[in-house]
Amino acid sequence: MKKWLPGILAAIFLAWILSAVRAPKSKDTFDRAEFGRLPVLLGGRIQPFDSVARNALLSMSGKSIVRVKEPQKLSGAKGVFASLTGIYDKAPDDKWWVTTNKLSPTEWLLEAMTRPDDADTRKIFRAQHPDLENLLGAEKGKLEYYSFNDLTNHLEEVEQQARRLAESEKGREDGAKTRTPFQKDLMHLYDSMILYHRIKNSLEPEGSPDFARELGVFQERIAPGLVALQASEAGEKFDETDLQMMASFFKRYQKLASYAYPLAVPPLSGERRDGWKNIGTVLMESMRANEIHPALKSLARVATAYAKNDAAEFNRGVAEYRGWLQSNTLSRELKKARQEFFFNQIEPFYKAMVIYVAALLLGCLYWINLNEWIRRSAFALILVAFSIHTIGLVFRMYLEGRPPVTNLYSSAIFIGWGAVILGMILERIFKGGIGLVAAAFIGFVTQIIAHHLSLSGDTMEMLQAVLDTNIWLATHVVVITTGYASMFIAGLLAIIYILRGFLTRTLSPETAKALTRMVYGIICFATLFSFVGTILGGIWADQSWGRFWGWDPKENGALLIVIWCAITLHARWGGLVKERGLMAMAVVGNVITSFSWFGVNMLGIGLHSYGFMDKAFPWLMAFIASQLILILLAITPARFWASFKNERVSSPLSKTKPLEAGV
Amino acid sequence: MINRVISFFCSLRLTVALLSLALLLVFIGTLAQVKLGLYTAQSEYFRSLFIFWQPKGASWKIPVFPGGWLLGGLLLINLIAAHAKRFQLTKKKAGIFLIHGGLILLLLGQFLTELFQVESNIRFAEGETRNYSEDSRHNELAVIDVSSPDHDEVVSIPETLLAKGGEIHHPKLPFAIRVKNFFQNSEPAGPMIFAANNIKATEGIGKRLQFSPAPLVATMDDENKPTALLEIVSDKRPIGDWTVSLWLTKFPWNFSLGRKMGTLLGSALTEPQSFEFNGHTYQIALRPIRYYKPYQVTLLEFRHDLYAGTLTPKNFSSKIHLSDRAHGEERDVLIKMNDPLRYAGETFFQAGFDKFNDKITVLQVVKNPAAITPYLACTLVGAGLLTQFLMHLVSFGKKQKSKVSPAAKRSSPGKKIPVAAVAHERRSL
Repeated sequence: MKKWLPGILAAIFLAWILSAVRAPKSKDTFDRAEFGRLPVLLGGRIQPFDSVARNALLSMSGKSIVRVKEPQKLSGAKGVFASLTGIYDKAPDDKWWVTTNKLSPTEWLLEAMTRPDDADTRKIFRAQHPDLENLLGAEKGKLEYYSFNDLTNHLEEVEQQARRLAESEKGREDGAKTRTPFQKDLMHLYDSMILYHRIKNSLEPEGSPDFARELGVFQERIAPGLVALQASEAGEKFDETDLQMMASFFKRYQKLASYAYPLAVPPLSGERRDGWKNIGTVLMESMRANEIHPALKSLARVATAYAKNDAAEFNRGVAEYRGWLQSNTLSRELKKARQEFFFNQIEPFYKAMVIYVAALLLGCLYWINLNEWIRRSAFALILVAFSIHTIGLVFRMYLEGRPPVTNLYSSAIFIGWGAVILGMILERIFKGGIGLVAAAFIGFVTQIIAHHLSLSGDTMEMLQAVLDTNIWLATHVVVITTGYASMFIAGLLAIIYILRGFLTRTLSPETAKALTRMVYGIICFATLFSFVGTILGGIWADQSWGRFWGWDPKENGALLIVIWCAITLHARWGGLVKERGLMAMAVVGNVITSFSWFGVNMLGIGLHSYGFMDKAFPWLMAFIASQLILILLAITPARFWASFKNERVSSPLSKTKPLEAGV
Repeated sequence: MINRVISFFCSLRLTVALLSLALLLVFIGTLAQVKLGLYTAQSEYFRSLFIFWQPKGASWKIPVFPGGWLLGGLLLINLIAAHAKRFQLTKKKAGIFLIHGGLILLLLGQFLTELFQVESNIRFAEGETRNYSEDSRHNELAVIDVSSPDHDEVVSIPETLLAKGGEIHHPKLPFAIRVKNFFQNSEPAGPMIFAANNIKATEGIGKRLQFSPAPLVATMDDENKPTALLEIVSDKRPIGDWTVSLWLTKFPWNFSLGRKMGTLLGSALTEPQSFEFNGHTYQIALRPIRYYKPYQVTLLEFRHDLYAGTLTPKNFSSKIHLSDRAHGEERDVLIKMNDPLRYAGETFFQAGFDKFNDKITVLQVVKNPAAITPYLACTLVGAGLLTQFLMHLVSFGKKQKSKVSPAAKRSSPGKKIPVAAVAHERRSL
């Protein structure tokens, strides 16, 4: 049995990963996935509707699915289970149970775009600051999600507050950075509400009872409307009703042009390939051209069918639109969107994260019972997680057509990836589960960080002109992030050394020695990568704006790591530090690397101040505080260490080389 | 005694101490940028011997921390001394020497760069021609005698002299210039806004356009725009007051005064201010320091594209015509981001566009005779690090192989970790 444990566990998780390869079955006959795969242009890039939905939901609510509480009749075993366990609340009429259903991103998007009355009941807005909750009339201290309906009474209030804030920040470039937590939360809510409003007007004017028919009427009215308009301009007799109809359509669609969110209507053949437009703009153009864009007709058909709950018609509409795209040489865009939909659906980084956690638990279990099969199982799980991590990383690179690291989000993904490789190599060499735990832990933590970074918007956003060189992104950025990854691995190994040595008796001299060698080796590796990465950054700067070194905060951050590595290595060679001193220095390396990775971005100055994330600031401070405590532990004299108390009597090694020597 | 000095400068402890100080310096220097801005922080922390502490309002200051020059210099001495003392050409040390040789080159190269690098820029709109570039930080007061039909005579007075105030005399000028008021940063105040300390002149554009002082700016993409009120004096007899301002020369298109004011002032904003004296015509202007070149460039086309449906810049490019009669060069060049023009010892980079007028391209012009050193240094250090790393890896691999017997692999892990000797040997350096 034990022998099979690694294989069985790996197989279970592999099956879980593979289960996502097939599109989830629809609960009814609507082929929503097929709709989710359709391409639109947003943020300068082609993406599927599904990505629009995910990114919007993430930025509004921090989650990519919508939970819906619905009364439901639970029959059979489910009903018995419900009444026995009481996990569900009873619905008011006492016969039904309130269960939680999940809306997929695409499902939510379709609803928001075509069934606004339903969408307005979904709890997707967030207010975290107690004062804001108070303003919205909610109970204090209860983390709440709000639906649009919950907020209708407060729309004016929120808007006024937001306007006032914007007014006070006018003309101050750094305005957004000086906001108080309350103001930030308020602006987030305000921005979310605007985004929601725009989404509701993306496929049809909000609440249009039958948009397909509306288009038909509109088409009929264009010609007479234009005649009336020309006549009225020429001062001749014209039909008042025709002109008025035209004017009201004009007003309606003008509004739409300024609200509609994604550029959903593709260019016609002969137009620029990136010339996508939103439906409002296209409708306004139809008015001039006296002809309605064929893609718009298909989209209207789809929207109306969904609004009217007509699954067959909806599926036909989607198929028709796909066909139209294909026959209009837009198959490249179709393919790109399909691939990204697939990427979204398998959620490689989320899956990797879960499996890393499982591996981490097994790794810790191994330290308790030292069963070799547990260690092998953990290793097998890390291999599985690493595979899906790698697939995700490569898939992303393929979708973007870029090297792995293009923004802070992808740097987290990549740092995790690099650290896992290093951890696995260490495990292969040293056994003992240390590399394993380090790999699983950093793999897990970096995915969490990446998840939080993804809340600020599209993670595959287009690159600023100045960053648009694949060669430097592939060299400088990759090398420097590898340096970060190795610094964190070294730091984590040191933490393992400190915690095991200080708190437990499990740090045998052999393990201590092995850890020291690992940390030392990894710091050498980190020195190599940080230095070369920093210099490559300098060369990029020299090539791009003629300045090898400009003392930009991010450059300085990288330099700090290099200097720290140099100090550590020289201190070690000079005998200024021994084992515990080296560990303390490796933990300082964690602090410096986190400052370089995140801290300098929070300064909000310099060329690299992309993604100002003040939300991460308390976390960074907490991290640094925890590291300082560990450093203090590391430099506590050896007689206070659980593992070293009886060192001199028990270990033959200590006779030749006392471990408690200078820090 | 001398031996002790030598061994002090060769010591590894000194290296560690200096590196630690450097670490602190870079850290506080980075934090200081938030308050002081990139440029000021650089000159106070990195391009200095000491960092000084000056109490508010005090005229004295005391050094509190070594600056970049001092630490860099000491590190350089330490490096060279240590290697000079212990130099042995062995295979084992080859990597170490490559690394440190590269570091010495890097430090020297940066030292030379600091001394000799000149950064300037050219900002122009399509159709305009320039035979000079302008310093991006330093300004001058130019007094130009334009009386001669075939050449102009330029007297240039650095901004720092204006900041000092008082009377400025120059042998080539038949009059003195008295600085009546000087704002290191200023903003246009418009005619309807009255404030006691506004600059208002009796002659030129300054009669109609006032300037008020503005707080100093520190961000990287912003700069101070000084304004001065100058009185031209001859034999104690005042000739008149003129306002000179960077607003009038570097940013004449940036007036957030509303359309009405713009039409009112019109071309008066960009026209040079001039006056007659002793039959000569003089123009005065406060402008960025100019570096004249023996050739000229004309902007043919400036493009900056955005990604569809966004405000994210996709690319910038300037198509220019380069004309160098002396060397017979007449050609068009396309300068793009990450794709500069190198000509006559200078490099022209596409830096961006003027933030007030997106029709104006900004080319960064850099002259750096030491530009090659980082490349050499990087190659040396990279090679050294790689050598060292591979040597370790190989020796580590060998040890690992000899230490781990197949039996040890299977035993329980608490005791099974191979007791290998520490992979590195202590090095003298």
